[in-house]
Amino acid sequence: MNPARDSAKPDALLSVRDLSIRFGGLTAIASMTFDANAGEIVSLIGPNGAGKTSAFNAITGYLKPTSGDVRFKDRSLLGLSSNAIAARGVVRTFQKTSVFGGRTVLDNVLMGLHLRSRQTAISILLGLTSVAREERELTDEAIEMLAFVGLVPRAHELASALPYGEQRLLGVAIALAAKPSLLLLDEPVSGLNPAEKASFMGLIRRIRARAITIVLVEHDMRTVMGVSDRVVVLNQGRIICDGAPAEVQRNPEVIKAYLGEGFARAHH
Amino acid sequence: MTRWLPHLFVLFLASVPLWMTDNYILHILITTGIFIIAAMSLNLLLGYTGQLSLGHVAFFGIGAYASALLSLGFEAHIAPGLLVKVLPKPVWFAMLGGIASAAVCGYAIGKLAFRVRGAYFVIVSISFAEVVRLVALNWVELTQGPMALNNIPALKLGAAGLELSFLKKPMVYTLVLAVAVLSYVLIRRLVQSRAGRAMIALRENESLATSVGIDVTAYLVLATVVASAIAGAAGALYAHYVRIVDPDIFLFIYTVTMVIMVVTGGKGTLAGPIVGGVLFGLLPESLRAMAMPPEVQWIAYGVLMVLVVYFLPRGIVPAINERWGAGEATASPLRNLVVAAKARS
Ligand SMILES: Nc1ncnc2c1ncn2[C@@H]1O[C@H](COP(=O)(O)OP(=O)(O)O)[C@@H](O)[C@H]1O
Ligand SMILES: [Mg+2]
Repeated sequence: MNPARDSAKPDALLSVRDLSIRFGGLTAIASMTFDANAGEIVSLIGPNGAGKTSAFNAITGYLKPTSGDVRFKDRSLLGLSSNAIAARGVVRTFQKTSVFGGRTVLDNVLMGLHLRSRQTAISILLGLTSVAREERELTDEAIEMLAFVGLVPRAHELASALPYGEQRLLGVAIALAAKPSLLLLDEPVSGLNPAEKASFMGLIRRIRARAITIVLVEHDMRTVMGVSDRVVVLNQGRIICDGAPAEVQRNPEVIKAYLGEGFARAHH
Repeated sequence: MTRWLPHLFVLFLASVPLWMTDNYILHILITTGIFIIAAMSLNLLLGYTGQLSLGHVAFFGIGAYASALLSLGFEAHIAPGLLVKVLPKPVWFAMLGGIASAAVCGYAIGKLAFRVRGAYFVIVSISFAEVVRLVALNWVELTQGPMALNNIPALKLGAAGLELSFLKKPMVYTLVLAVAVLSYVLIRRLVQSRAGRAMIALRENESLATSVGIDVTAYLVLATVVASAIAGAAGALYAHYVRIVDPDIFLFIYTVTMVIMVVTGGKGTLAGPIVGGVLFGLLPESLRAMAMPPEVQWIAYGVLMVLVVYFLPRGIVPAINERWGAGEATASPLRNLVVAAKARS
């Protein structure tokens, strides 16, 4: 089965077409094609080194793909700078915990609200009251965002002083502050304990409820099964399966290449 | 109470010419003030965007030269067969021209430094300052080279009958204080806004900053333009105060002095360059006033610097904030808002 070859559906929000990424002689991604439809949670899974992060880097402009196209709302994102891609509504998080360490948690989210803000350099230098008014609105929104991920009690702590799990939450809050319509999460639960993982999956559902489409990268399939509408399995740079979670779990190629026989037996 | 301290401090500084009659002390206060303005502008780049500009004195020197030349008038060939002749302009206009010239150069450097960060930014900035110094030294037709621009007029404002002359030290002092306060206010507005957050985001984590849509290059250019304009203003003040400008104004040691002021005071804090500037601007002079030989002055300077950097690696102001919990981040009205929001929920 190879649904990856299907042409773009009309309602595909993100459409990755024949994307290839080579680093010198190493092929990180080979002709990858998949869609994410509006409102979906799509998981991109695969073992370490499968090319998941490289795919995110190419989609968000951190990496120029060797060939292929990335289309969002039917417009190509290729050639745009990362910040311009964010302005279009595609925002990613990073696999390695990424926050503005030397600033408070509240400041971190305020920085994430950059695109939402309308202050111009001139209005700032003139000290217009509109700037002060907007600053108050931004603070309210930042607090709302912190409430959404459950970090309000930490608002005035330095981001670098937060425990690991809360830094991961803060990373998501920063990304959400940029008001994405497509959110790309790169192994957001790696390193979290089972309780934290479970609550993070709840958070992902609540994000979807805000009409945000999610592409979730994970290398542990068990984590994503409950939350995904669709699972795309990547192995050594190639998509080997794309379908509903139950379908993917039964796919012999996936079982062989990735899950191992033990997983298949335990779930049947 | 603490809210009014800065205002009281400025009022006190403004009162100095009323009771201070010692011209030598006024001179020290003026030069220190000019250096503090330049250090505040450097702090915008070094402290907020995190980019070390080791050529910052270039903008100071460009402001000084451009302002001096415009006020004196000049004739120079800017290309073979293309003679530009400028008649002497009023000093206030010349000073604005000096600020604008520095800002334009800042814009060019900011653009040139596109995607150039860290060590490369340092190299670009040092090279720029050195090129400008060589131009000042060798373009004798325009700058008089090592012979210096002499007899630069002092600032005069107002029309006949009601004329303010900034020739005497008390008036110059007041002018420098006014420019310093204005620069401080502009920088504070900038860093406590969307633009300042973007600059800090660039410093803290550039990839994360771009991932939320921050055009870091645009904000680096903005910071460079504002910083060079303010440094240019300091240079213009200097030119029309000492009334002689030569290529030594571009010496690397002046940039180093500014960096020391910013780093010891606390980079990335509003008060840092002021504290560092007062300390390292007044210290050598007070030692000289105590008739210490120059070696002692420099040794004291070095020892103080090492002590500050060793014991307070982030600078004096952050150390004080930590000690007394009056951080600039927490002293804002934001804190109250958050407390209120918590109470609501
Ligand atoms: N910048 C790079 N230069 C060279 N090789 C890279 C680079 N980034 C990733 N790779 C290689 O590409 C492959 C895919 O990596 P990555 O996308 O990080 O995988 P994943 O996120 O699925 O673990 C790996 O073999 C990795 O070593
Ligand atoms: Mg990865």
